[in-house]
Amino acid sequence: MSNPVNERRHTIAVLVDNEPGVLARVIGLFSGRGYNIDSLTVAEVSAEKTQSRITVVTRGTPMVIEQIKAQLGRLVPVHKVSDLTIEGPHVERELALLKVAGTGEKRVEALRIADVFRARAVDSTTASFVFEVTGTSDKVDALISLMMPLGLVDVSRTGVVAIARGPKPL
Amino acid sequence: MANQRMTGAEIVIKALVDQGVDVIFGYPGGAVLPIYDALFQQDKVRHILVRHEQGAMHAAEGYARSTGKVGVVLVTSGPGATNCVTGLTDALMDSIPVVCLTGQVPTHLIGNDAFQEADTVGITRPCTKHNYLVKDSNDIARIIHEAFHVARSGRPGPVVVDLPKNVVVNQGTYQTPAQSRTKKYNPQVKADIARVEQAVELLAGAKRPIIYAGGGVINAGPAASQLLASFAKLTGYPVTLTLMGLGAFPASDPQFLGMLGMHGTLEANYAMHGCDVMLCLGARFDDRVTGRLDAFSPGSKKIHVDIDVSSINKNVRVDLPVVGDAAYVLEDMIKVWKSRQYRADEAALKAWWATIDGWRKRDSLRYQPSKDIIKPQYALQRLFAAIKGRDDVFISTEVGQHQMWAAQFIGFEKPNHWLTSGGLGTMGYGLPAAMGAQVANPKALCIDVAGEASILMNIQEMSTIAQYRLPVKVFILNNQYMGMVRQWQEFFFGGRYSESYMDSLPDFVKLAEAFGAVGLRATKPEDVDGLVKEMLDCPKAVIADVMVDKTENCYPMIPAGAAHNEIKLGPEGGVTSSVNDEGMVLV
Repeated sequence: MSNPVNERRHTIAVLVDNEPGVLARVIGLFSGRGYNIDSLTVAEVSAEKTQSRITVVTRGTPMVIEQIKAQLGRLVPVHKVSDLTIEGPHVERELALLKVAGTGEKRVEALRIADVFRARAVDSTTASFVFEVTGTSDKVDALISLMMPLGLVDVSRTGVVAIARGPKPL
Repeated sequence: MANQRMTGAEIVIKALVDQGVDVIFGYPGGAVLPIYDALFQQDKVRHILVRHEQGAMHAAEGYARSTGKVGVVLVTSGPGATNCVTGLTDALMDSIPVVCLTGQVPTHLIGNDAFQEADTVGITRPCTKHNYLVKDSNDIARIIHEAFHVARSGRPGPVVVDLPKNVVVNQGTYQTPAQSRTKKYNPQVKADIARVEQAVELLAGAKRPIIYAGGGVINAGPAASQLLASFAKLTGYPVTLTLMGLGAFPASDPQFLGMLGMHGTLEANYAMHGCDVMLCLGARFDDRVTGRLDAFSPGSKKIHVDIDVSSINKNVRVDLPVVGDAAYVLEDMIKVWKSRQYRADEAALKAWWATIDGWRKRDSLRYQPSKDIIKPQYALQRLFAAIKGRDDVFISTEVGQHQMWAAQFIGFEKPNHWLTSGGLGTMGYGLPAAMGAQVANPKALCIDVAGEASILMNIQEMSTIAQYRLPVKVFILNNQYMGMVRQWQEFFFGGRYSESYMDSLPDFVKLAEAFGAVGLRATKPEDVDGLVKEMLDCPKAVIADVMVDKTENCYPMIPAGAAHNEIKLGPEGGVTSSVNDEGMVLV
């Protein structure tokens, strides 16, 4: 039924009241209506207003994306919905922690590649490293694929956070 | 007196009173005993004790629909709350404002699988417009006021407030509605005037226009229906209504084409198919209305007025979306039409009406009359003849063939008098809904047009009706089948009537008597008028058991997955043949 030709990846920022159940509401909306979630991040961004910001990466046809935004917009605790993908240039970043286990030449090679990607070693033992890397999802994907043959055993990713370029707030 | 301390239960009652609530529908239980105790000690809010929580929900819906006010339900935790889920979903689908207060186990037991514990906010999250779990007695008043605001504003809907027992037992501070005013939910009601101007310009240039209006017009208040009538008069354009919209435009008006959709009239569906400009007002292009989407009104420019942005471009791509309340938009449209001195294209409109009149002449609601058996359509025609002209009649229905026939054969001149479960299609809706309407309108005539299968789904409410001496009339079109299921089995499943025949039905006359009501029965066409008269004259509740043709089918019918212009008027030509494999999977 879906037509991948028409489908496009969108990064949507949602400002919500930080109240119990708000994340369940958003996730329930996506699962209940059959929308995709590629990634989703949420954290409080304004303590005095008790507001959280949700960044959701989704994909769909223009009609589906429009629906997703309208459906998000009508949730009572939602204050603002912004489609960063179509509303102008924006920055997307993701943070990942990669655990690479191994010794000898592979271990040296892992360090060398981490350096190229400006990944920092945040933990090390004689048999492992944990690297922290920040960048676009593509960059994180690339590092993961390079680390794979070098003993990558564990990955933890934050999912995408994003913000519009320029002086205007959400 | 301001900001005085009181128990949470007292705060609940005071908040209801300050919201103008005079009646609530409910059923007590352990978790809400403190609220019931507070209820006992006051006389401002009347409580109607239902026999099942689902009945309370539908009664509140009937109350809300017939008054335009918010319906209120009070039930206990666990099963009390889960029994409300169907009613909540029904109210969500049909945009009915209801506030449902549910009891909950005390906060320290939440999550412990306590007796009669259910995750009510979790379970009702997808079937409410919004819901709340109150954790502090000081928040009760603010949250209840906010719940009423959310339920009635924008596109109305059901709101659940879950009240743990310790929260209603503990003391807290009351806040008035003014003190609790919220900035957080304020939907746009007034539309962008530039859009309205564009819409009017498009409509003024139309050669084959149609106004397609729905429940949004009714939810926008009685003024919206009057404005719709004014706009229709001003333009001379034809009007069709959805099942939800019946009453938003007078059925007796010559510009009314009848209901559209799967069982709508030929003229309404053909006009939708052939129009060049469509004005959709507070309707949502439901699959029962559009038929096959890729063949839906192929040549038209579509204007969609809706208060809910998410309803626009959901099923059908429209050319001009207008976000706003139907009443505000209609008011602006009339102003623009008048101030710019638009005139409809008389010649084109005349030709369009001539085409429509040609379709009308085919009399799509005709049926084969009989002298021996009661045709369900005939029974409804006789019922309508007896109530025509009265403006104090409320009709509710259950779900199925009888519902469609009632929509076809009973005309509504005013909004808020037709109570039917459209979106969810809830069997068992009609009896409690009529009960709620009767509570709200004690002097009115409230009739539940029912089928013998649906009525049994909430028959226990006859006991509530007896307790409060509500003179509700139940008009059963009894064909001993789940008629609509049987009809689909005949058309699409080779006449294999799998489990759609009901053996061992109760004797509805005796059943009525058992509930202290009056039971009547008609088995021959000549009995119908007498039965209707007796029913309407009776000061008590009545169950009228009308034995109708068992195999009558509901026409016209647009088979699932077919287009508007593929409508079938009767058995001639066959319905089965027009359904392809894609249509067979549709509901």
